Amino acid sequence: MSAPLLQVNDLKKHFPVRGGLFSRKSNWVYAVDGVSFEVERGETLSLVGESGCGKSTVGRAILRLFDITAGQVVLDGQRIDGLSPRNLLGMRRRVQVVFQDPFSSLNPRMRVRDILAEPIRNFGLAKSSAELEARVLALMDTVRLPRDVLDRRPHEFSGGQRQRIGIARALAAEPELIVCDEAVSALDVSVKAQIVNLLQDLQREFGLALLFISHDLAIVEHMTHRVAVMYLGKIVEMAPKQTIFSAPKHPYTRALLSAVPVPEPGATRSPTVLKGDVPSPINPPSGCRFHTRCPFVFDRCRTEEPEFRLAGDGEWVACHLDALPELPGPPGDPRPVPPNSTPVE
Amino acid sequence: MALLEVQNLQTHFRTPEGINRAVDGVSFHVDEGETLAIVGESGCGKSVTSMSLMRLIPEPPGKIAGSIRFQDKDLLQLSEHEMRAIRGNDISMIFQEPMTSLNPVLTVGRQIGETLRMHQGLDKQAALARAIEMLTLVGIPEPARRVREYPHQLSGGMRQRVMIAMALACNPKLLIADEPTTALDVTIQAQILRLMLDLKRRVGAAIVLITHDLGVVAEIAERVMVMYAGRKVEEAPVAELFRSPRHPYTQGLLGAVPKLGSSLSGAARRLAEIPGQVPSLKKRIDGCVFAGRCALATDLCREVAPGLEQKAPRHIVACHYAPRGAAAA
Ligand SMILES: Nc1ncnc2c1ncn2[C@@H]1O[C@H](COP(=O)(O)OP(=O)(O)O)[C@@H](O)[C@H]1O
Ligand SMILES: Nc1ncnc2c1ncn2[C@@H]1O[C@H](COP(=O)(O)OP(=O)(O)O)[C@@H](O)[C@H]1O
Ligand SMILES: [Mg+2]
Ligand SMILES: [Mg+2]
Repeated sequence: MSAPLLQVNDLKKHFPVRGGLFSRKSNWVYAVDGVSFEVERGETLSLVGESGCGKSTVGRAILRLFDITAGQVVLDGQRIDGLSPRNLLGMRRRVQVVFQDPFSSLNPRMRVRDILAEPIRNFGLAKSSAELEARVLALMDTVRLPRDVLDRRPHEFSGGQRQRIGIARALAAEPELIVCDEAVSALDVSVKAQIVNLLQDLQREFGLALLFISHDLAIVEHMTHRVAVMYLGKIVEMAPKQTIFSAPKHPYTRALLSAVPVPEPGATRSPTVLKGDVPSPINPPSGCRFHTRCPFVFDRCRTEEPEFRLAGDGEWVACHLDALPELPGPPGDPRPVPPNSTPVE
Repeated sequence: MALLEVQNLQTHFRTPEGINRAVDGVSFHVDEGETLAIVGESGCGKSVTSMSLMRLIPEPPGKIAGSIRFQDKDLLQLSEHEMRAIRGNDISMIFQEPMTSLNPVLTVGRQIGETLRMHQGLDKQAALARAIEMLTLVGIPEPARRVREYPHQLSGGMRQRVMIAMALACNPKLLIADEPTTALDVTIQAQILRLMLDLKRRVGAAIVLITHDLGVVAEIAERVMVMYAGRKVEEAPVAELFRSPRHPYTQGLLGAVPKLGSSLSGAARRLAEIPGQVPSLKKRIDGCVFAGRCALATDLCREVAPGLEQKAPRHIVACHYAPRGAAAA
């Protein structure tokens, strides 16, 4: 068996933050603090979790947009975390990115034609200018943009069309992996569906692997193969989508899933309403990082960090509990709000 | 009697490229204590509608026409002075981005207190006490400490709570919430939605909830109005709308959102796409506003704008071809 396309081993990325205006002591943001996963060829792995949990930082580490603090990033059997910029070029071609707002990453003065030609030229993927032109036209067809808009500039396009340009630019490099960082999050419902369908078609057509970073769990479920749930810089659970969505093993996964509103009036559901906000990644809680918000917390959770262990077929979880307890409260009432109670944060 | 009755609301903007018909002849009502959701994609006129209700549209370049009856007064006929007595008192509003309505240089206590002193004539002491009470009500821990803090010291979820506390301080009859949870994580969204429902139950306020999230609509609305390109295209009680949407646009919207759990059994389904995009509001559209994207459109649709018609009890649709009669089960 060949190596997975991407292997991330115990990845850490800590950002320095100044303690205060006059403080010399610097603190660290433990943005990503020991994360391991693999992505197979042609597979979609989604990273989910509340904002600030480190999803984008993982993505940017893989793209080598900065040096990592510790760990390894291995692409097709070759470590890329320590590569010099010169040796990085080939790898840069193989891993591309699509951001949430392509506008900020598309040069406003460049025409679409040049935006798409640039990576083809940089990576030497066309032997003649005729071939370059042919490739650019083919890319437009692939992302279903009309060819006659090639000479327009980014501001002349709608959000959905700009995202198509962003995808076309990523495809121009003929990558094997695309990091999609909230790539459909800002789009309107109908356009979002168009782009999700496009990404799925492209994956099938080119055998692309996707690292799909998103906070939209319904979209994730729709298009992913596996899911890794992050909380405060760590993966707390990772499993095939069938298992993670129907039988989550980590209390955080369950709470996160139950918070998603379902477009079905009168649907009975009993959300585990998590208390409070995510704690600061500058001073993460001891033991299990989720213990301050966990409905099932017990002594061990406060002191001992749970190991990320294999808990079933392809299922990984970091929790001291072997099985999740039943939720207290009547399942009949979707939103039990006792009279005269004060909602607590 | 409806609490709010909007008739033929037209809010247009003069722009260098022509008139932008942001809201183009929209009528609806809200009953006392009712939750009405307004849904539609960005740019369809949801925020302009809500800002028009509050008379917060800059004039010029904007211009509001029609009538907005609230408790027997036509808000469009009131002086700015009279309107100020209603804003934040009888009708209040919460926004997607709390910093648009929170003053960064005032403490949380001062902001809530100011509203109370202005509208209810409370003295400083009483206003502060009430501010702490409101913070407790919206579930902010350590309210006596938080009341002395500034907005930037709070998390996003907490700012949203402060804004809700401020909006509800004077027991409004109508709360307008424009994408109140769109910028928040689902876990915080669940807290805020629960809070809004709970407060509504207690205070009895009617809510106009503006959102593009159909999950949120299903969760908390009683009635739904669907907007497209500045017009109302469909309106129905929430269960009826989700069970039997009759406008092709509404059908498209519902087909385009995946439902959690739906891809786990059976073969993977493609999301339904609505081809194309929302048309420019700066060109006059004579026929149906959705005709350009509608798979079922005919010449009739392109030439004649369909009127809003009742197709089933309380179910209104603007489509020449929408089926009539009670929902097929
Ligand atoms: N360049 C940076 N400097 C300092 N802190 C950062 C930087 N980038 C990200 N962070 C912090 O790291 C944490 C994780 O951020 P991010 O990966 O963007 O989260 P997510 O994408 O899950 O919302 C956050 O607390 C964020 O503030
Ligand atoms: N102050 C303004 N001047 C000119 N046009 C405006 C102004 N405010 C809103 N619009 C336009 O009105 C239309 C509807 O916008 P809006 O109500 O914000 O949509 P949404 O449904 O996303 O809330 C858009 O075309 C927008 O550009
Ligand atoms: Mg991010
Ligand atoms: Mg809006």
